[in-house]
Amino acid sequence: MTVQVTFWGSLLAIVSAIVAALGRLSSVPALRWLAITYIEVFRGTSLLVQLFWLYFVLPMPPFNIEMSAFAVAILGLGLHIGAYGAEVMRGAIRSVAKGQYEACQALNMSPFKRFYRIVLPQALLAAIPPGTNLLIELLKNTSLVSLITLSDLAFRARQLDQATFMTLEIFALTLLLYFLLAQVINLGMRMLERRLSRGRMQGGLS
Amino acid sequence: MPQPIVRFTDVTKRYGNLTVLNNLNLDVEAGEKVAIIGPSGSGKSTLLRALMTLEDIDEGIITVDDEPLTHMPARDGRLVRANARHQRKVRGKIGMVFQSFNLFPHMSALQNVMEAPVQVLGLDRKEARERACELLDMVGLGEKHDHYPSQLSGGQQQRVAIARALAMRPKVMLFDEVTSALDPELCGEVLSVIRRLGAEHSLTMLMVTHQMGFAREFADRICFFHQGRIHEQGTPAELFGNPREDRTRCFLSAVNEAQ
Amino acid sequence: MNLFDWSFAWHILPDLLRASLNTLTITLLGFAIAVAAGLLLAIGRRSRHLWLSWPVAGLIEFIRSTPLLIQVYFLFYVFPNYGLNLTAMQAGILGIALHYACYTAEVYRAGLDAVPRGQWEAVTALNMAPLTAYRDIILPQALRPILPALGNYLVAMLKDTPVLSAITVVEIMQQAKNIGSESFRYLEPITMVGLFFLILSLGLAWFVRRLEGRLELAPR
Repeated sequence: MTVQVTFWGSLLAIVSAIVAALGRLSSVPALRWLAITYIEVFRGTSLLVQLFWLYFVLPMPPFNIEMSAFAVAILGLGLHIGAYGAEVMRGAIRSVAKGQYEACQALNMSPFKRFYRIVLPQALLAAIPPGTNLLIELLKNTSLVSLITLSDLAFRARQLDQATFMTLEIFALTLLLYFLLAQVINLGMRMLERRLSRGRMQGGLS
Repeated sequence: MPQPIVRFTDVTKRYGNLTVLNNLNLDVEAGEKVAIIGPSGSGKSTLLRALMTLEDIDEGIITVDDEPLTHMPARDGRLVRANARHQRKVRGKIGMVFQSFNLFPHMSALQNVMEAPVQVLGLDRKEARERACELLDMVGLGEKHDHYPSQLSGGQQQRVAIARALAMRPKVMLFDEVTSALDPELCGEVLSVIRRLGAEHSLTMLMVTHQMGFAREFADRICFFHQGRIHEQGTPAELFGNPREDRTRCFLSAVNEAQ
Repeated sequence: MNLFDWSFAWHILPDLLRASLNTLTITLLGFAIAVAAGLLLAIGRRSRHLWLSWPVAGLIEFIRSTPLLIQVYFLFYVFPNYGLNLTAMQAGILGIALHYACYTAEVYRAGLDAVPRGQWEAVTALNMAPLTAYRDIILPQALRPILPALGNYLVAMLKDTPVLSAITVVEIMQQAKNIGSESFRYLEPITMVGLFFLILSLGLAWFVRRLEGRLELAPR
């Protein structure tokens, strides 16, 4: 369960981070303000508050949107981490050299092609180290999902605890599992970084 | 009488109070090789960048191959500012090589050259690969297809950049101080590629350069730039051998002293 | 009964504000502990003695990559079995402080690393005791550039306090939930809690940015 929420949550987080970063950098004021509002609201309020809002407030009268705890978990975590990711992506996109844009224009590429063939691959690479931290943050935050009754690791641990009274072993094991999962993310991202950066960072030139 | 392939008419460009291009007029015939020299800050690079639409101009009009680049005819026949679509259409006839190479760091040499033909011209990958291989051979990098920019020397990177620009089959090539970022011993390999290009193709070339020797031997015409306009122009023999203007003479002797 | 009910919101405001005092207490107290403990951890990690630096590094890595929630569960549910009884509030403050101490430790480390080598060499050349060296020479230089980063963790900590509601600490989020389960109205209390955090964290972030600006202007 933890792994599933982490996986789908990260996917949503990455997509919303890219979209929000683009909106934030857009020259259309309305889009820019929309993105700023999203980023500030989700960064400024507590994740748990957001989860509770989605889980308890949305099903109530004015909205009447009822979602499963699983969906709420993915939506809440994804949008929350996505807002942080948007700031990371914004920095990464802006770190792509101006010359790259000029080269694209000289080759007559459309803005869309320019973004997803040239700018995005470079920005993603620059975003990996801070992005890894955010993914680990996301993994850790899945534990909060237990508070809206989804049976993830943390919730199972509490249940087992109440059933068996082997408190120390259970919580220690839970901590260890989270730690291992975090190391998996770390390792995976480092491998991804190596793959994406093949050929680069070796010579001193450029 | 053939129309010039590039025509600047009364082009003015300002940055705030600073006028970089001042009522500039310039015609370049098809196949002509024009070298632009002059003190730094005189607007040489801005001229090329305006032609590549990297800078918007404030007044005047630039025409490429009988088509206005900065403007387009509106429905009533009057010329209005060109939109992005029109610029993209006309811009396809121009290629540019930058001082700082601007290769795509996440792509190999071959991918760098193939990228735009596939993505912009819509060539199929096989055809684009063949063309890219030919071009890399031509610039003397047949062995380095799979190297990434960071694994190449500055001179090799710049030659890849030339191949990348040529892959778009431009009619006009712009070279913006292409050797300025290179160590002196690497300039030669880039310049000899440009020399061959000039000998084997009927490309129109505009280059901003500080290499007076190369300009003199290679160009059909030299334009001396000063304060945003062409102060003096002529064949290399005229301009280098017998400059008419004091400023030109001043500049040339200063350069000679430095070299 | 449809949209945001202002009179109801007004009615529950005092309750929420009272609970928010707990939130602020936890944040400030926890941050004070975290700032102090983080420094000790950072110095421990930089120690030349491997028996000290390795376990400390491991502890920091471990706490940083496991969830705060489980850590406070651990403090609150495991420790009593070994005779150490903490109130929910104590366990909460301790847990959040330890968690963030590991983050501030990394900030300190970056700050300490940024102090030029020559300063360390000068300290050695003057034969200063380690304590004096840290207190008089190294820390004053290391602290200034990391103040904004520390400030950011204060904001992050504030936003993590609702986690403690899970071990029955009545901070603002728990209070809002209680109101919700009594009145079956969640919209107002939870939205208000959201606003509370938004306003506080935007305010703090603004403060941190000003601090950053002032530090950049100040000569180093």
